Amino acid sequence: MTGPSEQEGRPQRSSEPPRRRRSHTTSRDLERYTGLFARRTQVMRSSAMRDLMAITARPEVISLAGGLPDTSTFPADSFAAQMTRIAHESSAEALQYGPTEGFEETKACIVEVMEEEGMSPDPDDLIVTTGGQQAIDLIAKTLVNPGDPVICEAPTYPGAVPAFCSYEADVHQVSTDENGMRIDELEELLAALATAGRRPKFIYSVPSFQNPAGVTMSEDRRRRLVELAREHEVLICEDNPYGLLRYDGDPQPTLYSLDGGDYVLYLGTFSKILSPGIRIGWVVAPPPVLEKIGLGKQAADLCTSTLTQYFVREYFAEGRWREYIGDLVGIYRDRRDAMLDALERHFPEQAEWTRPEGGLFIWATLPDYIDTTDLLAKALRENVAFVPGRAAYVDGRGGSSMRLNFSASGEDELREGIRRIGRVVNEQVALYETITGEHRAEPAPDPEDDDPGGEVVPLPKR
Amino acid sequence: MKVAVLKGGSSLERGVSLRSAARVEDAVSALGHQTIGIDVGKDLVSRLRSERPDVVFIALHGPGGEDGTVQELLEILDLPYTGPGVAACALCMDKVAAKHEMRAAGLPTPDWAAFNATAFRELGAADTLEEIEERLGFPLVVKPARGGSSLGVEFASSRDEVPEALVAAFSYDDRVLLERYVKGRELAVSMLGAEALHVVEAIPREEDFFNFEARYEIGRTEYVCPADLGDAETRRVQELATGTYEALGCSGFARVDLMLGEGGPQVLEVNAIPGLTDTSLFPMAAEAAGIEFTALVEKILDSARLRAQSAATNAAAGSTATSGRPT
Repeated sequence: MTGPSEQEGRPQRSSEPPRRRRSHTTSRDLERYTGLFARRTQVMRSSAMRDLMAITARPEVISLAGGLPDTSTFPADSFAAQMTRIAHESSAEALQYGPTEGFEETKACIVEVMEEEGMSPDPDDLIVTTGGQQAIDLIAKTLVNPGDPVICEAPTYPGAVPAFCSYEADVHQVSTDENGMRIDELEELLAALATAGRRPKFIYSVPSFQNPAGVTMSEDRRRRLVELAREHEVLICEDNPYGLLRYDGDPQPTLYSLDGGDYVLYLGTFSKILSPGIRIGWVVAPPPVLEKIGLGKQAADLCTSTLTQYFVREYFAEGRWREYIGDLVGIYRDRRDAMLDALERHFPEQAEWTRPEGGLFIWATLPDYIDTTDLLAKALRENVAFVPGRAAYVDGRGGSSMRLNFSASGEDELREGIRRIGRVVNEQVALYETITGEHRAEPAPDPEDDDPGGEVVPLPKR
Repeated sequence: MKVAVLKGGSSLERGVSLRSAARVEDAVSALGHQTIGIDVGKDLVSRLRSERPDVVFIALHGPGGEDGTVQELLEILDLPYTGPGVAACALCMDKVAAKHEMRAAGLPTPDWAAFNATAFRELGAADTLEEIEERLGFPLVVKPARGGSSLGVEFASSRDEVPEALVAAFSYDDRVLLERYVKGRELAVSMLGAEALHVVEAIPREEDFFNFEARYEIGRTEYVCPADLGDAETRRVQELATGTYEALGCSGFARVDLMLGEGGPQVLEVNAIPGLTDTSLFPMAAEAAGIEFTALVEKILDSARLRAQSAATNAAAGSTATSGRPT
């Protein structure tokens, strides 16, 4: 769809051919299209708050809603030098198609990254994908028949649900706590499915600094999860985009390294440690599964961008990728701390939130009478945005939770954003208590009154 | 002719507005006019001053664009604009004010009670909830006074659900109303000028009620146009819509939403600037009347210019322009 700003101030001469033919779409056309849609489109839903989110793009809005890494610190000089070198030395190849599974040089870089987390896959066992998102899609495409059970965490990565649903998976969610997925609940679910004669195809998990909850699975649970997969002959889809973004605590072994790669399909990406714009991710899988995934990828897009794979090669050849991640870790740690501090100051005592050891997100849960989708409407009037929790569930739960991103905004902005959200939450809490008669005598005091941290922070124009 | 299409803005219905405006811009171009799309913001007045459009098509939804604010600015700038005037927009936007107006004109609208947040905070309004619940019965509907596209509309099926529904509705506006629920068929009458077009019935395919997403997603709501009603019933619904449109002082175009319950049709609200997206009811009703979208936009533009001309004539004749409704 054409963006709003693109058309402005560009009057069209009537002699020009019409840009689009959408004005000729009639309701009869719509009915005709509806009749042509595949059944799976009925479960392909746009996310609930799509239209509210249209406002978050406005410059005056502090958006804690995205999942964006901060790419502003990437050295522009080195980007320019690398791309220039590619243009001078490998122009023809960089502009050409490449192999479906990706270049050997890209794979070598990926192996280096995985070794950093204690894994040493055979390069032949991995395929370079167009972002980690394509890997999720290809895995679902390869494994899911309509109605097949797929298990994921509750809450889960909001972008995974549409991918599973588009293959008509029957998505089951297992609760998480501060130690990640509740394995006891998973065991019960696996048993219940087995009793019903149904076999789940895979268990999707983001074990480290989970999106959206920010929690990390404990080592015991990781070991038990891998055992369960073997017992039940179910695959695990380990999505690990943030593993190297750890701000404190000790690294946990990946599920892939615990399992050795028999039952674990491993998903990685350069999005959070280099750039999401280059759209390079990967999947490591046992050869028979990988072969099917490769066929799926061929059908989807033939190959991952050759140009950006060359960029990755040049960037790794420079040899300072670990240093860059180190820089990011320093920046994000400070931002996480700023957000946690602001939550402590501005959120009411009835609210709870996670304290992630890494990654990009904090998950906050409010009293159950507050619906965060409605709250977003109020927050947007204060020019601040977050992701309402319902997006992370398939069954309507999560209505009182929200995902807060701390990687994409500076510390002052984060503090101001949380202050604004805190204010609207406090207003709703006070209103509810007034209506229900709880604490009728004492409406909740405005935390700003006696709190020097509650001052309005002047924000630089973005 | 130079036509400015106002769109976007910071309302919660920004996304819908952009979709409406995209269609309108196409139609305006197809009519051979020069089109200027303006995403309304701080520079709106200066842009309108420098562009000096012949007509302004307001494709904005929600507070700001649909409540008379932008219309007032356009009056001051002396630019002809589409849709109802300042006073009618202000009335339509505020469901409570509109319902008072309907009652005064003898038009049926479901019983209600309205509060602002201050009434709860400072005047102990919570103590009246029991009486209100008794009067309206369950389920009852809780909605923000100003707002569109069913954002913030909540149903409470028991006493326990009322506080939560109120908190949700108060997220969208400082004033909310509790309204008697009318069980029945959901109807919409599109008004083009003073003419009522075919009645459209919206039948949600799965949900209990018509929600925000279902309205804008293809295939999730079934629309029947013309609605399957008897001749007398159709006439009654159209008369009611026309009466409401007139009582609220609308002109140009608007859409009247009704519920057809056991006790006959009741008016819920009037949308001063109805959605014009691919899945919107207003273009659908126009099409059923043989007016395809480009022609519809042309008619709307014509009525805006006519209104401006007659206002100018009246002013020149020294009379006060009380109503700009084109005839």
